[in-house]
Amino acid sequence: MLIRIVSTLSAWAIPFLLFAIPALAFLRRVNVYEAFIEGAQEGFETAIRIIPYLVAMLVAISIFRASGALDLFARAMEPAMKVLGVPPEVLPMAVMRPLSGSGALGFATELVKTYGPDSLIGRMASVMQGTTDTTFYVLTVYFGSVGVRKYRHALALGLIADISGLFASVYICHKLF
Amino acid sequence: MLNLIWLGFILIGIIVAGASGHIDAVTNAALDSAKTSVNICFDLVGIMVLWLGIMKVAEKAGMVELLCRAIRPLVALLFPEIPPNHPALGTIIMNISANVLGLGNAATPFGLKAMKDLQTLNRYPDEATDAMCTFLGLNTSCLTLIPATMISIRVASGSANPTEIVGPTIFASGASMIVAIAADRVFRWMSRRKGR
Repeated sequence: MLIRIVSTLSAWAIPFLLFAIPALAFLRRVNVYEAFIEGAQEGFETAIRIIPYLVAMLVAISIFRASGALDLFARAMEPAMKVLGVPPEVLPMAVMRPLSGSGALGFATELVKTYGPDSLIGRMASVMQGTTDTTFYVLTVYFGSVGVRKYRHALALGLIADISGLFASVYICHKLF
Repeated sequence: MLNLIWLGFILIGIIVAGASGHIDAVTNAALDSAKTSVNICFDLVGIMVLWLGIMKVAEKAGMVELLCRAIRPLVALLFPEIPPNHPALGTIIMNISANVLGLGNAATPFGLKAMKDLQTLNRYPDEATDAMCTFLGLNTSCLTLIPATMISIRVASGSANPTEIVGPTIFASGASMIVAIAADRVFRWMSRRKGR
């Protein structure tokens, strides 16, 4: 039942917005096509401005990941994390999460397939993936788009959010399942 | 700080790859990801153009204004330095709403517009403002109501109850958002003490 509601909701969300916004605007006598073009113009330059920032960050992250350094880092944290209730199986995914969205999603999919979606590991991976964000990517793209190079406390804040999301996911899964 | 992290990723990566005997992985990773980054930006062009266009339509019809009036008191509490009626409040609210509803691809354009609006209040253009840090903290920790991607992966791998993760995800993402808001207050307090 819930799955039907959720999938209907996500299938309809965007068509609904694309219908309702122009329709309502038209009723309020907005020149909808002209307004759209006016807003759309900004889109191109913003996206292009991000390129150098994103190349710099993704190249560094992907070297770190492909070299095996990320796995070493995850393995080094294993004993401490085990004490805190984080199973070693989900640790590589948790470490990957702030760095690479597609990488973490790949790990999550594999964990769900290998251990089964209804295992503790599978559920933990699912909750964690939905809870935390690709902090490095988000900061690079958002700051890059306006040319900000000094992040001040934004990175620390993002990582604190990721770590607390990780522990909250582990805690609630132990508690419920 | 960012300089060191960036340098660390590259140098540690190359040393580890060299020591473990698969240095060729570095070359492939560097070239592939440079190409991927550009593709990501080009994919973003279409999405940005579409949603910023729609947003302008909504703005002209007074809909952004309407949405803002409802949530503004809450947002103003988190961003005391943004003057009331500043466009940044509107775009921040649109971005957070899209994030909460799981409309990932609409969230990014609103978020980038919000950064642009926040940048107009910035006295040091290459440095993040308090408001930007708060905004990105909210954005990365954001409450998630429907983790749609993971639900569909769970359906595909034959889960008996694919949506059972919804409740725990709301709990965990809500908790991380509360921690982020609290941490942000502490960071603001610390930077005020340093006399910024």
